[in-house]
Amino acid sequence: MKTLRARANTIAILLFAAAIFALGAVDLVRPFGVRFSDLTGRIVTLDTMIRIGILTIVVVGLNLLMGYAGQISLGQAGFYALGAYASAILTTLASRHGILPGMADTWWWPWLAIIMGMGLTGGFAYLVGRPILRLKGNYLAMATLGLGFIINIFSGEFPSLTGGNDGLTEIPRLRIGEFLLWPMQRYYFLVWGAAIAVILVALNIVNSRTGRALRAIHTSETAAATSGVDTERAKVQVLVISAMLASLAGSLYAHFQSAVSPNPFGFTMSVELVTMAAVGGLASVWGAPFGVATLYVISDVIKVRMEKVLPLQGGGYELILYGILLVLIMIFLPAGVTASGMQALRRLRRRRPADPGEQPA
Amino acid sequence: MARILRRKSVRILAGILIAAACGILTLALGSLKHFQPQNYIQLTLDGLRAGSIYALMAMGFVVVYSVTGIINFAQGEFVMLGAMITLSVNGLDLPLPPALKMVAAILSGILITTLIGVLMERLTIYPARRSSAVTLIIITIGVTIILRAVALLIWGADPHVLPAFTTLALEDRIFRIGEVTIQAQSLWIWGTLAVILILLYQFLQRSLIGKALRACAVNRRAAQLMGINPSRMSLLSFALAAALGAIGGIVLGPVTRPIYDMGVMLGLRGFVAAILGGLVSVPGVVVGGLFLGVVENLAAGVTDPAFKSAVAFFILIALLLFRPQGIIGGGEKPAEEG
Repeated sequence: MKTLRARANTIAILLFAAAIFALGAVDLVRPFGVRFSDLTGRIVTLDTMIRIGILTIVVVGLNLLMGYAGQISLGQAGFYALGAYASAILTTLASRHGILPGMADTWWWPWLAIIMGMGLTGGFAYLVGRPILRLKGNYLAMATLGLGFIINIFSGEFPSLTGGNDGLTEIPRLRIGEFLLWPMQRYYFLVWGAAIAVILVALNIVNSRTGRALRAIHTSETAAATSGVDTERAKVQVLVISAMLASLAGSLYAHFQSAVSPNPFGFTMSVELVTMAAVGGLASVWGAPFGVATLYVISDVIKVRMEKVLPLQGGGYELILYGILLVLIMIFLPAGVTASGMQALRRLRRRRPADPGEQPA
Repeated sequence: MARILRRKSVRILAGILIAAACGILTLALGSLKHFQPQNYIQLTLDGLRAGSIYALMAMGFVVVYSVTGIINFAQGEFVMLGAMITLSVNGLDLPLPPALKMVAAILSGILITTLIGVLMERLTIYPARRSSAVTLIIITIGVTIILRAVALLIWGADPHVLPAFTTLALEDRIFRIGEVTIQAQSLWIWGTLAVILILLYQFLQRSLIGKALRACAVNRRAAQLMGINPSRMSLLSFALAAALGAIGGIVLGPVTRPIYDMGVMLGLRGFVAAILGGLVSVPGVVVGGLFLGVVENLAAGVTDPAFKSAVAFFILIALLLFRPQGIIGGGEKPAEEG
């Protein structure tokens, strides 16, 4: 059974990667002058696909934390911001002020900055995680939310370091040696390569001893502790992992946007991340890319179509839809769309007479 | 070390020491800015005004939490809706004298917001009443997003104005005592808080419905066995919370400029106030609200106004970690989470 699942995951990963890279190759090769956005009726652009890839990395981490370990985080955008700011500060200010001459200008410095950002964010998550994860339910939600807010407020202060409310600009593009990972068509492969690697790692975690421990904690923390799981350690571990993933995504965002400011990392972002995780299914790594993509495509469609029908100011519509979607999913499918779909599928399959060779699950 | 900290007298002493250290730090930072006594008095008075609003919101949190066990994230949006609906109705061209029009606007603000609270409970909370605490909090966040986005569509992204109650104009009457100034609206805010506190207390302690609400808060199952309908009590608690929020927003309206996204920050501070007061006692959270308003205003006054909201969140996290049962609420254990 276990090998079967492992094999299914391998096949799924390979298929997924093939599809994603084939889509990316369209824009690189441009067969018959077709561009990526033509394939989707000009609704989903390559830019959107890259954003989906970046947020997939965050949501996979959030999935591990919320879906498997059952620990809510309403401050995940804070960790995302820490990564983005770590990359932005280390790559712009170091070379501007001539700190570390000869090192801050090399091609590998931004990569090192990404890793340092992940280390810093992970360390920060470890420090705050121990006390904060003692809280449960409502209290944990409010504490993580406060944490996200504090990071957001502080990123708007200290202008000499973070650029204040205007943020930092002119973040260099990533390159390997002399090979620049830009324009977008090349960056796409980096982002999705990272996203697929993250999904792979997450699947491994889920099917490992740690993953089983996390699920045990989700079901009952007391029972898990009684069975010899070091619940505190496991919870902090998964928080650190999710924070590091968020940081990685933040760095990729900073190098993609070439600018960071406090605005996109606010409370709204944290809520959007939770919504994406919920839509994809809280206890499903595979749900992450689909949850992110669903919300992006829906909001893009609304932005493009609705504003022609009802030309009102602001991006209010997609926010209303976010809210309605979130409420409906939480009421009717609290396990998420993917998980509920899988359940329905399993139920259908059970109703059919089992094949003679197949073992009943 | 840990054993020593567990002793009550030591904890009280530690609390006093921390408070004293904070006080000295405030004075030191203030003296760097050449603060005079009247500066502190002014900051404290302004803090008490903001704190009264937090107190009104915290009462809303308490009413909903003690009856249903839900942290209602949309509490801040009720404040926004109360202010916005009132100023919209007041802006209508009604054939009424200005004072009467204001009263009508206030009443409709409270009524419509209460109705929205009732609808919210029936449409989103009631269908999910058996879900976990985390699911329910995400649902109320969803409602928050919807309400805010709808407000953005109706009222736009610009701030609005609500006339002061005393003058019915944008300019409020200002009292001067020495170098300290008090707006007449502050008196309205304090008066409202006092009246609401007394009314709510009497309602919960004396009336039959109030007693039913409290019974539900103590033990839902036992209350149900006694013939109290918990679903109706949940509805009532949301209606009460919405009305309390709307009242807060309406009295606050003239001293701020109501804007569609004012609810988030206010709501969070209201929650901090509620936690300070232990989340279950109405008088406790009023003290908590006033305390938060003063501390926040003093801290922001002696440092940088930009850190005003950070202060509230630091208090929030510190409280949740060290004293989730609240400072004012006494030693009550917080309700178990599902």
